Amino acid sequence: MKRIYLDYAATTPTRPEVVKAMLPYFTDAFGNPSAIHSYGQEAKGAVEEARVKVADLIGARDEEIVFTSGGTEADNFAIKGVAYGKESKGNHIITSSIEHHAVIEACKFLERRGFNITYLPVDAYGLVAPDDVRKTITDKTILISVMHANNEMGTIEPIAEIGRIAKEAEIHFHTDAVQTAGHVPVDVDELGVDLLSMSAHKLYGPKGVGALYIRKGTKLVSFMHGGGQERRRRASTENVPGIVGFGKAVELAKQEMNEEAERLSYLRDQLIKSLLERIDRICLNGHPTSRLPNNVNVSIDFVEGESMCLNLDLEGICASTGSACSSASLEPSHILLAMGLSHEQAHGSLRFTLGRWTTEEELARVLDVLPQIVTKLRAMSPLLKSRR
Amino acid sequence: MPDVRSLYSEKVMEHFRNPRNVGEIENPDGIGHVGNPVCGDIMELYIKVNNGTIIDAKFKTFGCGAAIATSSMVTEMVKGKSIEEALGISNRAVAQALDGLPPIKMHCSVLAEEALKSAIEDYLDKSEKRSADGEGERTP
Ligand code: FES
Repeated sequence: MKRIYLDYAATTPTRPEVVKAMLPYFTDAFGNPSAIHSYGQEAKGAVEEARVKVADLIGARDEEIVFTSGGTEADNFAIKGVAYGKESKGNHIITSSIEHHAVIEACKFLERRGFNITYLPVDAYGLVAPDDVRKTITDKTILISVMHANNEMGTIEPIAEIGRIAKEAEIHFHTDAVQTAGHVPVDVDELGVDLLSMSAHKLYGPKGVGALYIRKGTKLVSFMHGGGQERRRRASTENVPGIVGFGKAVELAKQEMNEEAERLSYLRDQLIKSLLERIDRICLNGHPTSRLPNNVNVSIDFVEGESMCLNLDLEGICASTGSACSSASLEPSHILLAMGLSHEQAHGSLRFTLGRWTTEEELARVLDVLPQIVTKLRAMSPLLKSRR
Repeated sequence: MPDVRSLYSEKVMEHFRNPRNVGEIENPDGIGHVGNPVCGDIMELYIKVNNGTIIDAKFKTFGCGAAIATSSMVTEMVKGKSIEEALGISNRAVAQALDGLPPIKMHCSVLAEEALKSAIEDYLDKSEKRSADGEGERTP
């Protein structure tokens, strides 16, 4: 059976061009960039070349890019780094209730150590209100962190507006752009951010590498201590092949971004429209237009998400859900609950995220299969009867 | 490349794909309705009893693959069993009959056990009432 992958927000395959660019750095150009000999300098050159490409994608200067092991490290670095770097000024951090776990858990870690965290609510579309940010700022606020776009329901947040508020109040502003970088235009000056997290494997690069953009003059403490790599901001021998792959992936993403975003937005809207037509008691989660080009997230009444995903998987279709049953914590997605969905609605959520190899035929197959699955599961749902 | 491995055993997937005894029983002798305190799912189990033997069982479940498979399995296991025997069916026995469940999914089999117990309790309550009513008629 041909498998249909519709979970590109979880991870993407590494593009063959990217793998090809990486390969020499495992075997021939294997040097340690810190070494002064030719092997070292060759590797260093490759790392710096990648740094320029990554900086270029987001309108930054290359010395403002620090490579990390991925998006999670970038988020942790930004949040804990500012918290401990600015401890003397205050202990208040503003974030949102729909952040990725990497941000939320880093904030909770700080909360247990005496920091004060405000988790801003969102509206029914998942939008943070910039005005809420303004109102929660105190003279103790040292950091604002709001994600650029949500990984689960795809809503793109009003980052530029929040950026203006942060700038006015002279507070460091971080955004997790893991879902947007390489997919929609991201410019650190337009967004007004001081810190921005990225991950390579979400944009057809390899896993295990990402970056944190740190605006010049931003004060933050490092938490990897050791050698003097990355301008002393992150010790550890560079992941040279990974960084080279990241650079290549970013270069390709930049070239193809506009066209690809347009193609995916069209497919996304077609899929949403057809799902709403073919299945009753279904609703779209997230914002209808301020939305990632590749994200479709719906809640289907009376059915549970893991069962739907398993049934789809039996048909070769790979999707994901925010259902409690499929999470390690057995709790429904905090993101969907924050948007005001009931436990039942979160249970019945289904996410399809499209990507470079998604075709209209693949989506037609989803539309063939899913209504039958829903009918089958509803026939055994005790919820349906009790509502009749 | 490593084999594609499933979260669940083949037996679980077989029951998930073709669940037995889905639906409701008209005029059941006992109904169990339980909610899963862990993840918030719901299971309903219906039984038909004749001379102290469970002759039919059906279920409706809103839950994960393990919840559906354990519901299906438990309804298969109770058919033909006496009330006493049925009360002895544990969640472990149901999980074992399915060639095991991932540890994080054991709570779903607990739900199946509880649904069965609750259906039997309902049956016993009702039959107690019936015999109480019956005695009431006999007294002048
Ligand atoms: S029913 Fe929710 S995890 Fe099994």
